Amino acid sequence: MLTTELVDTATIPGWGVDADPKNNPTYPIRHIEDQQTRGLTWDRPAIQVPDVEVLRSIEHNRLPAVVGTSTPPSGVSGAIRRYAFRRSESDWWHWLLLMGADRINVVEGVVQDVARGRLPNIPAEMGARAEWRHNKTGLARKVGTLIGVGAALYLALRREGGPAIPHTPDLADAARPAPPAPL
Amino acid sequence: MPQIQHPEDAIVRVTRSCICGSDLHLYHGMVPDTRVGMTFGHEFCGTVEQVGTEVRNLKPGDHVLVPFNIACGKCHFCQQGLFGNCHESNAQATAVGGIFGYSHTAGGYDGGQAQYVRVPYADVGPTVIPDWMDHDDAVLLTDVVPTGYQAAEMGGIQPGDTVVVFGAGPVGLMAARSAWLFGAGRVIVIDHVDYRLEFARVFGPAEVYNVREIDDMVVFLKKQTDSLGADVCIDAVGGDAAGNAIQTLLGTKLKLEAGNAIALHWAINSVKKGGIVSIVGVYGPTGNIVPIGNVVNKGITIRANQASVKRLLPRLIEHVKAGLINPKAMITHRVPLADIADAYHIFSAKLDGCIKPVLLPNGQ
Repeated sequence: MLTTELVDTATIPGWGVDADPKNNPTYPIRHIEDQQTRGLTWDRPAIQVPDVEVLRSIEHNRLPAVVGTSTPPSGVSGAIRRYAFRRSESDWWHWLLLMGADRINVVEGVVQDVARGRLPNIPAEMGARAEWRHNKTGLARKVGTLIGVGAALYLALRREGGPAIPHTPDLADAARPAPPAPL
Repeated sequence: MPQIQHPEDAIVRVTRSCICGSDLHLYHGMVPDTRVGMTFGHEFCGTVEQVGTEVRNLKPGDHVLVPFNIACGKCHFCQQGLFGNCHESNAQATAVGGIFGYSHTAGGYDGGQAQYVRVPYADVGPTVIPDWMDHDDAVLLTDVVPTGYQAAEMGGIQPGDTVVVFGAGPVGLMAARSAWLFGAGRVIVIDHVDYRLEFARVFGPAEVYNVREIDDMVVFLKKQTDSLGADVCIDAVGGDAAGNAIQTLLGTKLKLEAGNAIALHWAINSVKKGGIVSIVGVYGPTGNIVPIGNVVNKGITIRANQASVKRLLPRLIEHVKAGLINPKAMITHRVPLADIADAYHIFSAKLDGCIKPVLLPNGQ
């Protein structure tokens, strides 16, 4: 049964008798003996007021004093991201939705580039020049694989749309007059 | 050019930035909310151009190294030295603090693989580079050096311990190097690329083994360690690991797991009972198949975190000064910022003997 009442530790026999900070196995990361604050009680820095949309984890009860303002959410990926931020960081869907949004965002980026009249040079962006300089064999293998897969796909599609369908007798065949019997 | 948006902001003109192994997780689409148009880069140093009205410790013209953590210095966590877990720098998640150029999951801040960058809480993280320090060393103190060092520190290494480091990238190399500083008696580095292992053999200096030449990593490591296992295992790999087809399919290809967790499996299964597994490799935040039963049965302690760079900087600067660590020895490539796509590919595909690439915004 849920309860919101805090337990009075003074009523617990032996409470804290072994609570020597020197026994803390997490040393040196935590310095409990020096701890100045408990909970959200510190002297906060000045608060930044962001001039763009900043998504906030629902595990925060307030916006951090300073926030990043790079690339605010936009488009379809932005809508997915907003939806993802309705779920907590412990929810797998939160992260999977964000991963999905990233992939959609890549397509949006290419579309945006093209709309601005800039055709993205994807091989160059993926370091094709470095591959050419330092891994010619690997590059040849990748190009060969790409051509092979492309050719296989092309042939498969061509077969589907072309004359590969087997001929079956139809009504027109039935209506056609039979050849004259040999004399 | 970015603008001051908060009284504790500074604008820094970048003089050097790096590509980190963690950036490859972004590059491979394994960290969520990595939006198109965002600038990557959490390892950089540069010259202060402008400061906000409340910045006291920096002035224009100062040359600073900027820790990758964005930390307020005041919150519950910063007060404990957990600058990697600041509660006042990341709106999009509570699990991790703000990080420059590391997706919106780490706060949505543009990073330092650029000419200029906005640096929040400029009085807390950024540190003026000492006159005697080479700026190549300085830029590596922003992440890889403290991360490798903290990996060793979290391992709780005792004198004479056997330490196994999974991953011979810059962080793994630094973890191996740092393990000696904590008194390790034996350091073993595991990777799947020969040139990286050769580098680790000299830089560590460490015993090195190639994953591809070993049938069963856990059995091999047990045999190497009197059949009990290593005292400390460090996972300096994270989600981009090589070595397990099913995890690669689920994690790195389909993104249904937090990446390929094979290095973590090996670490948990290779450490001795009662040992410590230290994790600094980056994993995405979705599901994961981790052998937690073995963690319980073996009584393992797992320690993990983003490095709290500011906490470690004073000690590490002294170590560089004393010659105990030599970060710039890891730099193999110096690339103009304009050629960043090639640099990412060289680093990612492990071409041309690449260990650590540095980006130069003005091509110098």
